[in-house]
Amino acid sequence: MDGSVTGDIRALVEPDRVHRKCYTDPDIFQLEMQNIHEKTWIYVGHESQVKNPGDYYTTLVGRQPMIMVRAKDGKVHVLYNRCPHRGAMLCPDRHGNTGQTFKCSYHAWRFNLDGSLLKVPVAEQYEGTRFDLADKQFHMKPAERTESYRGFVFASLSHDGPDLRTHLSGAIRAFDDMCDRAPEGEVEIVPNCFRVIQKSNWKIFLENQLDAVHPSIVHESSGRAALEVEKDIEKRTGKKAPLSYHYISAFTEPFFRWDTLNTMGFPNGHCTLEGYMGLRPKDPDTLEYEAVMEKHYGKARTEEILGVNLHHVLVYPCLSVQSPLQQLRAVRPLAHDRTLTEIWHFRLKGAPEAIYRRSLDYYYLVNAPSTMINADDLDNFWRCHTGLSSQGGDWVSFHRNAGQDPSKDGVYTSVTGMSELPMRHMMKTWADYMTNGGRR
Amino acid sequence: MTEIKFATAKPNKIQGSATEWAEQLDGAPPAAAKLPPLPVAKVAQELQTAVEQFLYRQAEILDDKHWDEWLELFTADGHYWMPASEEQTKADGMPNIFWEDLDLMRVRIKRVNHPRAWSQKPPHRTCHVVSNVVIEKHDPASGDVVVRSKFHMAEFRRDNVRHFVGKYRHELKKTKDGYRIKLQRVDPVNAEGPYEYVLLTWL
Ligand code: FES
Ligand SMILES: [Fe+2]
Repeated sequence: MDGSVTGDIRALVEPDRVHRKCYTDPDIFQLEMQNIHEKTWIYVGHESQVKNPGDYYTTLVGRQPMIMVRAKDGKVHVLYNRCPHRGAMLCPDRHGNTGQTFKCSYHAWRFNLDGSLLKVPVAEQYEGTRFDLADKQFHMKPAERTESYRGFVFASLSHDGPDLRTHLSGAIRAFDDMCDRAPEGEVEIVPNCFRVIQKSNWKIFLENQLDAVHPSIVHESSGRAALEVEKDIEKRTGKKAPLSYHYISAFTEPFFRWDTLNTMGFPNGHCTLEGYMGLRPKDPDTLEYEAVMEKHYGKARTEEILGVNLHHVLVYPCLSVQSPLQQLRAVRPLAHDRTLTEIWHFRLKGAPEAIYRRSLDYYYLVNAPSTMINADDLDNFWRCHTGLSSQGGDWVSFHRNAGQDPSKDGVYTSVTGMSELPMRHMMKTWADYMTNGGRR
Repeated sequence: MTEIKFATAKPNKIQGSATEWAEQLDGAPPAAAKLPPLPVAKVAQELQTAVEQFLYRQAEILDDKHWDEWLELFTADGHYWMPASEEQTKADGMPNIFWEDLDLMRVRIKRVNHPRAWSQKPPHRTCHVVSNVVIEKHDPASGDVVVRSKFHMAEFRRDNVRHFVGKYRHELKKTKDGYRIKLQRVDPVNAEGPYEYVLLTWL
């Protein structure tokens, strides 16, 4: 980019449209990583992924390879995956247990689980040098900041900025709603991560998550197919088809139903979509679950918890959470045109097995690599990215219900469920981050 | 730059080896676990051929998208299973890449045939090679067979070719109309790897 980067960026984002460069320019991608993903709070993982001391998981925060590890004292640390000696990656695999120490494969330096340097071989050869076992430059570098909320671990690679709770603002409901639905008030991760690569810019994925116009169009084929088989099963067996069929056949709902959903935008770019599916059938499994909930929370609080009808929470810029079904997709941008999603689901602690099965069925049908749903989303992401890379037009249109986003105390509410409010809201936040050195 | 004063090097008496250094911290490595032998059944050539022909036919049906015939390959309670990892020993109640009964297979078939299945424009084309057919178990009374094999599948879609390689394990029921699949287990070598796009139909 030429000229002043800030001036250029501001010119790319208008209230109702944004320039295609925001998605396709590799330099802008680097700047995004620097000013957004390597500054603000990024989801690393869930504490239940690392149950025992030495358990670790590796992932990316922005462009940085990081390790989440449980130390001997039970504390969870997030460390850069780099040996302070000559740079070798310490954990080249995705997860495992490193025992009492991290062991470097190159010159055998040993680190404690909190990253501090324990021992180096033939240490006497460092005598009289500036090397010092206690000097932090020879320790694994921790993430600048690490915080967790109800077991969900986030890191920020910047010393300044708001704390995690303040940053999350309205998006905190994602974690509250998910955990509150557990009779024991906690969730536990199911130790399986599906990873799917999208051949498109990371923002195209985020914009899709709260786009209530697309589902009945993009997923029409699967919605219709599931609806036919659902009816077929009911005719054949005389019983209701499994609830999982409804997850897909619900995509056939007419436009006016999608329009009744409620979309909101919160400070720092987070968005929510409310009012879809509901998922409070009156079958014996649900009733059993509700009874367990009442035992833990009492009637009034149970009603309050189960009455929350969030469908989707977007934790900007890194997460898409579906709390009522305990699904979580973490976004790891790899390049301007490549995005990795890490897809997980959770168990509600203390809930009957049948309730877990709902989460599992959704995980399978929507989020597994054989998905009949995301298949068509991903295809559209690729089509969008490819189209935007062309000279066929400079602008991406977010005009649907533009200028009709009432706001109060920094919270925006859409006038209709199908409004493009979330896209406008995210890109406005994006421009703030990008032009303000990563501060908002 | 601050000036650095180095001590004059003196000859050291260096002790130990890399192994000693590591084992002093970690102890000696545990002995490798002994695996049970892979089961193999002794069967007549005729049976071997019949089972191989069944596997080849399934591959052909899949490549040529003869979906009605695909459904007929399975028993009424048959399942197609692709575990999320090779270590998995059961499918029910766990995350899987595929775990489909006939009804879910029907959804998938109806979907790819729908005129607005966007990711099927243009449709994908596949070609399977099935080989290394080892019969694991044969029950002479019922005629049921358990068979392991390997596959290599190339998929062509919008100028791109993807390759999938892996293991099959079929549990076959002998019926009056020939073999039917009670359970087909599929373990791609890269099951846990990231997927470049999704799997539109079965491998
Ligand atoms: S690079 Fe790690 S010990 Fe040398
Ligand atoms: Fe979608």
